[in-house]
Amino acid sequence: MKGKKLAILSALSASVLIISGCSSGSDDSSGVSIEVPDIPMHQAMGEFEGELNIVNWSGFVEPAWTDKFTAETGCKVNPRVAGTSDEMVTLMRTGQYDIVSASGDAALRLIVGGDVQPLNIDLIPNFSDDIAAGMKGNVYDTVNGKPYGVPIGRGANLLQYNEDVTGGAPESWDVVWELNTPYKGKITAYDAPIYIADAAVYLMYHKPELGIKNPYALDKTQLAAAIDLLKQQNQVIGEYWSDPVAQITSFVGGNTVVGTSWEVLRKFAGKENIKTTLPIEGSTGWYDSWLVSSTTKNINCAYAWMDYTSKPDVNGAIAVNFGMAPANTAYCASSPEAQAHCDTFFAEDEEFFKRVWPWTTPIETCVDGRKDVKCTSFQEWTNAWATVKG
Amino acid sequence: MTQVVAKKQSKPISSYLLRRTKVRLLSIITLPMTWIVGVYIVSLFLLLITAFWNVDPFTSLVSPGFNLENFKMVLTVPAYIATSIRTLLIALSVTAICIFFAIPLGIYMAKIAKPWVRNLLAVAITLPLWAGYLVKIIAMRLVFTEEGFFNWAMAPFGIRGPGFSIPIVILTLTYLWFPYMALPVYTAIRQIPPNLFDASSDMGAKGFTTIYRVVFPLITPAVIAGSVFTFSLSLGDYLAARFTGGATQMIGSIIAQNINLNPPVAAAYSMIPIFFIVIYLMVARRTGSLERM
Repeated sequence: MKGKKLAILSALSASVLIISGCSSGSDDSSGVSIEVPDIPMHQAMGEFEGELNIVNWSGFVEPAWTDKFTAETGCKVNPRVAGTSDEMVTLMRTGQYDIVSASGDAALRLIVGGDVQPLNIDLIPNFSDDIAAGMKGNVYDTVNGKPYGVPIGRGANLLQYNEDVTGGAPESWDVVWELNTPYKGKITAYDAPIYIADAAVYLMYHKPELGIKNPYALDKTQLAAAIDLLKQQNQVIGEYWSDPVAQITSFVGGNTVVGTSWEVLRKFAGKENIKTTLPIEGSTGWYDSWLVSSTTKNINCAYAWMDYTSKPDVNGAIAVNFGMAPANTAYCASSPEAQAHCDTFFAEDEEFFKRVWPWTTPIETCVDGRKDVKCTSFQEWTNAWATVKG
Repeated sequence: MTQVVAKKQSKPISSYLLRRTKVRLLSIITLPMTWIVGVYIVSLFLLLITAFWNVDPFTSLVSPGFNLENFKMVLTVPAYIATSIRTLLIALSVTAICIFFAIPLGIYMAKIAKPWVRNLLAVAITLPLWAGYLVKIIAMRLVFTEEGFFNWAMAPFGIRGPGFSIPIVILTLTYLWFPYMALPVYTAIRQIPPNLFDASSDMGAKGFTTIYRVVFPLITPAVIAGSVFTFSLSLGDYLAARFTGGATQMIGSIIAQNINLNPPVAAAYSMIPIFFIVIYLMVARRTGSLERM
């Protein structure tokens, strides 16, 4: 019944789109054209299939909001938690899952690999103007003007520091990169190839002669420079972290004084003297969106899920539970607690996020728009990353 | 007579198999062979064969093919070579430390300790096996954090732990695998007849000479057996390095890093520990102790 109603609604909104003249496709600001498999998008809502298999980050899919969704649509939610972006990509390629909460470093890989399909935004009414401007139309999930992702939330990779030791917020990331750092052996860094982009962000600021315009569009010399910087860091580093618990215990236990962190990890550390800052160079960040498998059998449930989770209250609940800035900023005004959460995570602060480079899978096409060179692909980043730790 | 006939009829399968020895053999070995070939060898083979496959640089999709690039990478990239050597040295150190502590402990338990002390020690050695593997690694992590137990306990003596590094990885792995060395060594020493010790001392040998000339040759097979465990388990481990090694990278770390990103490299690199273990077993075989195990 509800399915039919939705179908009528979506048919209506689809016709509105035809009238308004399909303007999407021209707002591709970066001017990058990427070759992607041609996959048709969903045209109109139909009957709900009764189930939805989700690959998600821990905390994104909880009974607190899935029960209501299942009651409304009859779609039974089967979540599968993945620990890393790479695991998400592997899981999605099994074809057993309908939808994934991918970060930008997984999203573009899935899009280019033909594992996910372009989205018909008109079937997702809650994907509205309330979605933070900085989360729409980014190259990691919008390719050749076609949207592939519905934003969920975002967070920055911040510099966390132990104030008892540093005596104040470090102004620059140099405390984690340079050999003369006062915190030698007490530094932590994120343990994944995508961390190369953090080196690139630092080089963008301190070595403009390298000509890096986007930390995810590195040619061979720029990548080599970033790897050299990472190798230099390897001499002063204490620990690499990929497991959040290890990172938290490392800061709380005093093994680490400065290093990469997320706002939510600082909250979990729960110590007054452990703080975060966004240094002058800016930083990288993770922007998560829902992507729908190209081979899904539960397309209507998937669309209903994306629409449901884009509602201010549901989107807010996910953001609060995980500890990130919600994509739907309408949530912030809903209560004083919501506003406090949004302020902590800079949800409405576009100026803050302008200094954050969203994780994007590096591909051979330079996403900064350069056409005269070939950029390094994620495969090259992976191989290069293996040489850093020696 | 009729009863016997009735009994015969009541076991048709047994009587059928009694007459057909080949069918009987087949029915006995089918299940274990299916397990070994189907589950063990085939899955291992499927994993290793990907070492020759290609990866699409764009999407990291794996496609069947044949190239030796992955092996070339594993054998030429300095970081991979350094990691292989480091892991080998860690595994050898862990094995050496386990042997060093297992022999005196075994002699004490088997020949000197009172029965209740012996039982207590046996429980103490096996007790850690009851706890989860990850739990033990995290426990070691907590002990050696900067504000952890070790630094707190050693503070009065002015000693500070080395922080998370290779020595702590070796210590953690020793802690994890010590029972696998201690138990076979203890059992072997227990089986040495007490009169050999008497004979040795009658001939004028002192304690250490007895250990070196009498005990050690007799327990070598047990030491080799234990070392196969400690060596191969250390060689494949990566969680100890991840949680207690700081920036230490082991073979397992690289395989784990690549298993999603670049499965062919992970497969090619997993040949290295297999190669080390094969060499180790061949050396062990040459000493003749595998036959006596």
